[in-house]
Formats: sequence, C-alpha cells, structure tokens
Amino acid sequence: MRMSKIVRTATDILYPFIIIFGFYIILHGHLTPGGGFQGGAVVATGTALVLVAYSWKELPGLVSKNLLWFQESGGLLLFIGAGLAAMIIGFPFFYNWLAGSGSIFGTPVAFGPNPGDLNTGGFLPIMNIAVGVEVWGGLVMVLLYLLSALEREERA
Amino acid sequence: MISDFIWANSPILLVAIPLIGAFICPLIGKVSTDVRRAWVMGIVTLTTAIAAIVVYRVYTEGIVTYVFGAAASGMTVPMDSGGIPIRIIFTIDPMGALMEIITAVVGFSVIFYSLSADARRSGLEQYYTLFLLLIASVMGMVSTGDLFNFFVFIEISSMACAGLIAYRIERGRAVEAAIKYFIISTVAAIFLLFAIAILYGEYNALNIAMIASRMQFTPLDKVALVLIVVALLAKCGAVPMHFWTPDSYGLAPSAVTAMLVVASQASLYGLFRFVFTMYNLTFTAGMMGWTLIIIGVLSMVIGVTMAIPQKDVKRLMAFHAVSQTGYMLLGVGVGLAVLGNASLMDQFGRMAMEGGIFHIINHAMYKGLLFLTAGAIIYRVGTRDLNKLGGLGHQMKWTMVFFIIGALAIAGVPPLNGFASKLMIYESVYLFNPLLSIIAMVVSILTLASFVKVFHSIFMGPQRPEFSEVKEAPRPMLIAMGILAFVVILFGLIPVQVVSTLISPAAHALIDRAGYIAAVLGGV
Repeated sequence: MRMSKIVRTATDILYPFIIIFGFYIILHGHLTPGGGFQGGAVVATGTALVLVAYSWKELPGLVSKNLLWFQESGGLLLFIGAGLAAMIIGFPFFYNWLAGSGSIFGTPVAFGPNPGDLNTGGFLPIMNIAVGVEVWGGLVMVLLYLLSALEREERA
Repeated sequence: MISDFIWANSPILLVAIPLIGAFICPLIGKVSTDVRRAWVMGIVTLTTAIAAIVVYRVYTEGIVTYVFGAAASGMTVPMDSGGIPIRIIFTIDPMGALMEIITAVVGFSVIFYSLSADARRSGLEQYYTLFLLLIASVMGMVSTGDLFNFFVFIEISSMACAGLIAYRIERGRAVEAAIKYFIISTVAAIFLLFAIAILYGEYNALNIAMIASRMQFTPLDKVALVLIVVALLAKCGAVPMHFWTPDSYGLAPSAVTAMLVVASQASLYGLFRFVFTMYNLTFTAGMMGWTLIIIGVLSMVIGVTMAIPQKDVKRLMAFHAVSQTGYMLLGVGVGLAVLGNASLMDQFGRMAMEGGIFHIINHAMYKGLLFLTAGAIIYRVGTRDLNKLGGLGHQMKWTMVFFIIGALAIAGVPPLNGFASKLMIYESVYLFNPLLSIIAMVVSILTLASFVKVFHSIFMGPQRPEFSEVKEAPRPMLIAMGILAFVVILFGLIPVQVVSTLISPAAHALIDRAGYIAAVLGGV
C-alpha cells in the first residue's frame, strides 16, 4: 500500500535534507546540542519516512539488512576500539589521546568565546560518529522487525 | 611487556573483552557456526583468566582502582578538579572480587553448557551477543565505584536478561515473562536513577567513595536510601517484589537461568555496597538491618511454601531461589543491625555477615547446578512437568548424581557447601534472636522435603515406556555441571579455609568504609 503521489514526492525532496541534518547533528556533537544518539535517530527517521510513504514490499530494494547488521556491530566496535587504542599506546581506557595532538580532530581549543571549530575534541567526534552509525543501523533494524509482523499477517 | 599491559589494565579488560566479544559475535557468525562457537568459548575463557588476575591482584595488593580516561590509571582525583573524583573509577575490593569469582565460574560453565544445549536453535548470533553482554554488565556492576556507572550496567543487564528470557518464545509465555521482568527492572532502575539524582544534587559527586565521605544523613538521604533499597530488592527478587522470578527463571533457557541467578546476586551486591559503604553506621543502621532481616525471613518462608505445591520443575527451583535469597538478607541484615555495637559485632555480627556472604557464592554454585540439571532433563525428555516425569535414574545416571549433590547442598546437608554457610547463619543469628534462627532451620527442612519430592518424581520408580529412548545428557553439558558440582563439594570439604581466605576479607571490606574511601580519595 503506497501513499499518494504528493506524499511520495514530498518524501523524495525531504529525504536528503533529513539525512544531512542527521549527519550534521552527529558530526557537531562536541560543539552543539545533540550528538551520536540524537543524530542517528534523526537519520533513522528519514528511513522511517520512506517506509511510510512507500510500501514495505519495496523495502528490500531500498535498505539492505546485511548493511544494517554491519553498521550495528561496526559502530560499537569503532566505539570500543577508540577506547582500546588509548590503552595500546600506554594510557588508561578511554583516554582522549587525539585531543590537542594536531592531527585529525586534534586542534587545540581556542580560549574564550569563539564560533567553534569542528576539528577539535579529540576522539569525542569519533565516538559520536560510532554511536551515530550504530543507532542509525539499530533503529532501522527495529523498524524492519516491526514491519515483519505486517508481512506475517498478510501471509496468514 | 604484554603481561605488564594485561596486569595494569586487568580491571577494564574484564568488561572490555566480553563487550568486544559480544559486538563481533554477529559478524563472526556469518563465517560459520563452528567459528562462532570457538569465538564465544575463547572470549569467556579469556574473561575468566582476566577475572583470576584481578582477583589475585585484589587479594595481594588490597583495593584495586582504575580510572577511565585519565592520563594515568592511578590518578583518582585530578589536580584541577577541586578534590572531586570526576572520572569513572573502577574500585574493586575483596567483596567485588568475590562476586567476580562467582560470575567467572558460573559464566564459564553456563557458556560451555549452552554451546551444547542450544546448538540446534535459531537466532544464536543474538543469543550469544546478549549472553556476553550480560556477563560484561555483571562484571561491570560488581567492579564499578561510580553510582551512575552502576546504573548503566544494571540497565545493560536488564536489557540482556529480558532478551534472553524471551529467547525461547514458548507460545508467547516466555515473552510475557520477559515483559514482566522488564517492567519490574525498568521501574526499579527509575527508582535508582531518582536516588542517584538526589545524591548528585546534594553532594555534587557520583563517586561512591566521595558521597560516602561527604554523607550528611539529611532527610533527603533517607529518601534516596529507601529508593535504592527498594529498587535493588526488586532486582534481586526478594519477597514483596518476587513475582517475576518464577516466570522468568522458569521459562528462560536453563543456561540463562543460571546466569540470571548471578545477575540477581549482583544486585544484592549493589544493595550491600550502598547500605554498608555509602550509609554505613547511620541513624538507620538498626532500622535498616531489621528491614533486611524481615524481608529476608519473609522471602525464606514465602519462597519455600510457594515452592512446595509447584508442578513445573524449574518454577519450583525458582521459588527456592527466592527462599535462598532470604538467607543472604538475613545473615547480612543481622550484621547490619549490630554494626554500631563493637562487642556484639565480635560476638556474632561478623560471623552472620560472613555466613550471608558465603551463602551468596554457595547459592550461585548449587542453584546454577540444579538449573543445569533441570535443563539437561528438559533437553532429553522434553517435558518439565513433575507429574509426567519419572524413572529417569535408569538412563541419566550422571545427571542424577549432580542433582543429588545440588539438592543436598541447597537443603544444607553436610558435607556440602550449603551446610557450611547455613550453619554459620544459624549459629550467629541464634545469638541475635533465637526465633529467626529457628525459622531458618524450619525453612531448610522444608527445602529438603521439597527436593526429596522432586528427586523421587524425576528419577525414582521403574523405567517408563515413553522414556525408553532417553539417553544421558551430552558430555559438554555434564562437564559444565561437573565444574559447578566440584566447587560445591570443594567448598563443603574445606569451608574454614574458604571462609578465611575469601569470605572474611569480603565481609571486612563491607564493614571497612574508611578503607574504601581512602583507596579512592587517598588517605582522608
């Protein structure tokens, strides 16, 4: 059961903006309100919108379950791997070894009021990205499992 | 080099290794089922080895602390924080180490058991992911020295447990049990979170040692104490909130049930930790002690009387688990009630606490063993109804032997470990209040009566025609039961050595509040 053409067209137009907004929230987690979980949830709502506007029968062509599976595990592994990496270079677990190092996300934070620099925060942005990827995969997976009940109902 | 690394980081590896194992598990399951089995077994073996290192460190070095995210793992109080330990700190004292022993031994044997018992089921990648998450969360609960971190781990354990209880759908009954469990633990967790918010608002700290050192005993602290005690008693299945235990213990796969017992006892550990270390000798010591005693006695009596009429073997054992939790609450409650009185403490209070704590480890072993034997019977026969079972002693000889060991241990028959801890509780509680001790003995006799009935209806009698095809349980399941049975017998044969090396330091660690605070804040 598809929604009307108006809804589907509006979805097509809105979808990229929702996704970009979600990624913005994930990436700016260390500067603005939000972060990995919130951003991941926003990205997942984009998928939810597509699910509502189009029929769930077209779903297998739109999202790949395997990819979501890898997203879930991969996000969590990136998160804990960032913590373990600190241990491998000789600091305790979760030591922020990237902060102020000059490499990626390693610019020292400017003193006083400033507009905020994306390239700061050490491994906090990396953790936000990890959580964002995981929540995105996990929530879409939850939606798919909820929809699988519909499928079973149809067959019965 | 690598050994130094493991030695220094052992407290966090205890949680990190099962977590990594859990996250990789779904991916590795795509390769092949054998690889996944090897992976799960390897992870749980590694966790057990790390637990042994941590326990060794705690018993040789004293309280072990590990600070997350600091420049050095020993830097509990950062220089620029104004004396507040702002970071998450793992604080493992002998009491926590004892719980880690329990988690490691039971976790290892139930995974070993489950690899054989659940091999033919579907959805195993999620099953083992949740199982390893449950082990990680229990390890975290007993290691952490941070209130909010404790809340996070208790939530992870609730999620993992609920998923595992519902694993075998059983025509929706297991799902119903999981929902019941999940509602109880969510409400309990909200209570706990509210209490943490109160304490954080008052003392600007989340570290248990910091709050303990700043404790003012205001009326708000009383509110927080009540919320914490109610929440954790609900999680450990003590009487007014025990109704989730028969459903979820009864319907979860047996390996999960054995681990659920450990997860409940980790909540009990949390209760003792907060009551002793954070509040300790307060206006409430006597009242709080009596509260625990009364709830303990109620759990003992109601648990055992509800167990007697049960027809479902696992449901019956679940009610016995409620009853045994009562013994722990009784023993430690008596210790808490006389905490302020040094002479009474020396006379019987310390011994009552040791009995209660000894009973925690004993209960985890023999109750785990009993649930595993029940699982083996259900695995081979396919029914759990005591009226339909019978005559299995002819085919399942080893399962019968392990069942006898477990049943005699839970009934407190010498020379098994249940006798050792129950005797300590009877003797010390008798000096405190003879009536309580008599109730405890009567409950023990009823337990024996109940298990004689179960033993008779499962194993005794002539061989039944419908069970003529039944074989002995597979060898890995027998080995897993053997490990637990070995601990049950060992602790029963050398109780004095076990109490002096493991249990006394744990009881002392609960009483020694200043030592715990000093380990984190440094010689205050």
